[in-house]
Amino acid sequence: MSVASATSSARPQGAVSARAIRRIVLEQSKRANVGHIGSALSVADVIAALYDRVLNLPGPTHPDRDRFILSKGHAALALYAALALRGWLTTDQLDTYCGDGSHLGVHPEHVVPGVDFAIGSLGHGLSYGAGAALAARLQGTQRRAFVLISDGECNEGSVWEAAMFAAHHRLSSLIAIIDLNGQQAFGYTDEVLSLSPMAGRWRAFGWDVVEVDGHDVAGLARTIAGLDTTSGPPHMLVARTVFGKGVSFMESQIKWHYSPMSDGEYRQALDEIDAEER
Amino acid sequence: MRGAFVRTLVEIAAEDRRVVLLTGDLGYMALEPFVERCPDRFFNVGVAEQNMVGVATGLAEAGFIPFVYSIDPFAVLRPYEFIRNGPIAHRLPARIVGIGGGFEYGPQGQSHHGLEDLAVMRIHPELTVVAPADHLQTVTALRATWDRPGPVYYRLGKDDRTTVPGLEGRFTLGRAECLRAGADVVLVTVGSVAVEAAAAVDTLVARGVDAGLLVVASLQPAPVADLIAALRRAPLCVTVEAHYFSGGLGSLVAEVIAEEQLACRLVRCGVRRGPDGVSGSQSWLHHSHGLSNAALVDAVLGARDRSV
Repeated sequence: MSVASATSSARPQGAVSARAIRRIVLEQSKRANVGHIGSALSVADVIAALYDRVLNLPGPTHPDRDRFILSKGHAALALYAALALRGWLTTDQLDTYCGDGSHLGVHPEHVVPGVDFAIGSLGHGLSYGAGAALAARLQGTQRRAFVLISDGECNEGSVWEAAMFAAHHRLSSLIAIIDLNGQQAFGYTDEVLSLSPMAGRWRAFGWDVVEVDGHDVAGLARTIAGLDTTSGPPHMLVARTVFGKGVSFMESQIKWHYSPMSDGEYRQALDEIDAEER
Repeated sequence: MRGAFVRTLVEIAAEDRRVVLLTGDLGYMALEPFVERCPDRFFNVGVAEQNMVGVATGLAEAGFIPFVYSIDPFAVLRPYEFIRNGPIAHRLPARIVGIGGGFEYGPQGQSHHGLEDLAVMRIHPELTVVAPADHLQTVTALRATWDRPGPVYYRLGKDDRTTVPGLEGRFTLGRAECLRAGADVVLVTVGSVAVEAAAAVDTLVARGVDAGLLVVASLQPAPVADLIAALRRAPLCVTVEAHYFSGGLGSLVAEVIAEEQLACRLVRCGVRRGPDGVSGSQSWLHHSHGLSNAALVDAVLGARDRSV
């Protein structure tokens, strides 16, 4: 599937595949010669599950759409890919990624259709999500708020402020997902500032915690479908992931937090993504 | 001002279901009227100001008008990046309410003094900044701005008794209130220290100095036209603010004088030294920092002597 065919028109539900997201991530990172590739590959399956099977999105500004907050904003390219595959961004728009005058920067801006909140600084998204979930409760609607955070992001104290607030108010329509890839910008999380045991910490804060395979799209969707989002505590999916998933030389390598690809690396990466699907 | 704010907010909330009040565990003996009238729209979020502003951002995105309340530096400085990346970046109608701007929390010490808020808030082009001078003006200013699109910062005092003579609660966004025209000197002031400036003007007039008084409660949008009108023919302007002398009202006036090429000389009365571990009552601190009635009179007379 080419990018052009994938984004040529509004697409029905079911068209947002992790493979298509990964391909767009590689193509656009190469075209723009930018990094954050490993982070975007890490969340490709979670994003695919959300945009293909989970989120209720009648339209990008529909008041009762589910909210999605990419709190690890540096993985925005995976989100842009999903929005393009959904038909909310055109191929031409996607091709402006990181260009002069583009709305599509390394971190997402809320002026992009389908981006509910601008993110760039870690530690903000879970509070936004808690506010979104509280708003839904006050308005008496069933809409949910999803927040994708990174494990390194949990270094931020504000994450735990939001964790306390959401649990205290039993914001059951708040569903957070941790991209537990064990890496942060300058090292492995266990070496920088240990977060173990991640699931235990969230349980201790009063959340309903489920440990999942972050690359199992069907399993992620099934798990979310089984959550009680009308009563009880907020939900945390601790999603075990591999940083750089799908490209062997990027997997679990710190370098690929920032590095762009050479031509040879790009060809190999595309080959591996395509081969994985066969 | 705090009491006036809460009373007015209760009235507004009764009229409009979008109004929600969040506090960072402060407002005991102040916020109770709102809690009693609108218990379902009041949230004590705990001592967690970053999350408070983040939650307000999520609420505002969904159509609410959340007011977040704390003591001035806790409302502004602790969650400053959340204010910047949330309501400001998204242009959402969250309202940041900082109580006790300047030295209103006098003996509580430097941690509780609000001396930077006007500077760090007014630099954001999309943030409305309102700092009433007394409780009557608080009511008018809140009524005039609570449902504006985009975010608003309110710098409020605790005093609900003192009024600035002649102000009568007047407030217009983007305007300054001229309480007295002056040919010799114009005092320009903001916030609750305005009563000291007003008293200084009375003293100066009694001594034969034709002193004017301009109260600026709308820091942003700035009352540029009113400042030009008041300062165009005045040889001397003295700004009076319970705030660091740089970045706030004095800097705003300096910008207008420079950009409009006014011939007016400017003296900025504000806080010129950093925390030194010494605290006291608000009036003592005003005097200590040259902001009392008597100190302001001396500053004006001294500046006039140097001009001669």
